[in-house]
Amino acid sequence: MFQRTAVNERNTRVQMLVRLLFGMMTALLVLPVLIILGLLIHRGGPALSMEFLFDEPSNGMTAGGIMPALVGTVWLVAVALIASVPIGVAAALYLSEYAKDNWLTRAINLAVINLAGVPSIVHALFGVGAFVLFFKFGTSILAASLTLAVMTLPVVIVATRESLQAVPQAFREACWNMGATRWQTIRKVVLPNSISGILTGVILEVSRTAGETAPIMFTGAAFFLPFLPESVYDQTMALSLHLYVVTTQVPNVPEHLPYGVALVLILMVLALNAVSIGFRTWLRGRKKW
Amino acid sequence: MVSSATDVRPTRSEAPEYGVRPLVRVRDLTIRYDDEPALANVTFDIHEHEIFGIIGPAGSGKTSFLRALNRMDEFTPAMEFDGRIEFDGHDVRHMRNLYALRRRIGVVFPLPVGLPMTVYDNVALSPRLSGVRKKAELDEIVERCLTRAALWDEVKDRLHALGSLLSGGQQQRLTIARALSQEPDLLLLDEFSIAVDPVTTMRIEDVLKELRDELTIVLVTNLVQQARRLADRTAFFLMGECVEVAETEALFTGEVREQRTRDYVEGRFG
Repeated sequence: MFQRTAVNERNTRVQMLVRLLFGMMTALLVLPVLIILGLLIHRGGPALSMEFLFDEPSNGMTAGGIMPALVGTVWLVAVALIASVPIGVAAALYLSEYAKDNWLTRAINLAVINLAGVPSIVHALFGVGAFVLFFKFGTSILAASLTLAVMTLPVVIVATRESLQAVPQAFREACWNMGATRWQTIRKVVLPNSISGILTGVILEVSRTAGETAPIMFTGAAFFLPFLPESVYDQTMALSLHLYVVTTQVPNVPEHLPYGVALVLILMVLALNAVSIGFRTWLRGRKKW
Repeated sequence: MVSSATDVRPTRSEAPEYGVRPLVRVRDLTIRYDDEPALANVTFDIHEHEIFGIIGPAGSGKTSFLRALNRMDEFTPAMEFDGRIEFDGHDVRHMRNLYALRRRIGVVFPLPVGLPMTVYDNVALSPRLSGVRKKAELDEIVERCLTRAALWDEVKDRLHALGSLLSGGQQQRLTIARALSQEPDLLLLDEFSIAVDPVTTMRIEDVLKELRDELTIVLVTNLVQQARRLADRTAFFLMGECVEVAETEALFTGEVREQRTRDYVEGRFG
């Protein structure tokens, strides 16, 4: 009765093959990440030092450190987050918890998805027109961060909306049936159970914001500016633009320097992600169903 | 006494022997989903302090009636209703303050919904939403409601464990405790025993009999015998029609107006 038949044998073989194939695809996926990281650590590692992190660039950006760019990127990411997270989360809450499912809502959802597909250089030009010129912020951290915020809003909105919709409808109905208002339901039931998903969206946004170059190069990031910004109305250097500059625009850059910049950029994103992922894991440990 | 499903006489003269006023009056109620009728031209009363059973096969409009009564059409896309449902003398269709309406009506669904919070918070949620802040007061409400739902002894040592980790039967009693924490005038039970073992079902049924002194209960059930055990009066719904409303004992002893009712009650179809 438990003898293996030819059909059994074939099924098992096919199953092994399929598993191997899928496993190889996964490995293929991880490979570029490992190669990039390995190369950066190998070539850029020697460049890392306290001076590299905490000095200004010198000798026409062929020596010295990246302090202003590092600090500038932190400014840009922070201001972009402050602008986009409240707007994005509020919009997602409205779309998911309040808006009726009609043509207008569907049109807005479509617009959000399309916004995510707009090329970053188009966002850059929009930023110049809207924030630099129309609102007269000039080329500044504020203009650059707002441009980044507009560009990353869809990420926040989509991630938030999806984690809101992952909360079972039965929970909402149970709460409404007790006479709770929509807001009470959101605060007591929906948000506590979707916060980890919302944070995922924020993590994605951070990674993307820190690495973007096009949207900031016309709106607030400077080619070379050996001072730290003092307010959001200053221009600033940024790691991503600095990497572009030392790679393509400056002659006689020692080879390790661009790799060092890239390594710092990636390490910064990884560190930010690690903090958020840790926080998310902690929240998820308290997940309740 | 056999009251008629289509009787539109005033209730006081219709049922003087109950000595109670109707808590819910349903008149010519029609419910539709996307123009697909779920319930058509239904008229009956639910009296205070009675257990009102609604029996009938699946798809006969029982749940839709509960949803309309609690104005859940507001968050059920495509659901709409015509006619009149009065709760405590107020037309629920034109009621502005639906939150107040829903606070006075507790609902228990077929599948237990343990909210993803502690047992304590599940029961304290409704009082908190309506502004109770003092811990002593909340403690008292939680203990009272859990006791009344026959759950206190099982969970008193783990009030701060997650409600969603209780067993199915416990979660259903937690849901009932939560509904009671609203101090409702009306409790709607929609096939509450579907995911509950027979012993727990019996315990909950005992609880319901006791609760009759304090509130009014609408019991929607697929189990004809459950209606017989609990309900004072029972309505028979069939394919969106209210075939008849009668004293439960009358239904089961064959004093019915309609052959269809007799057939259903005796298990010949449905």
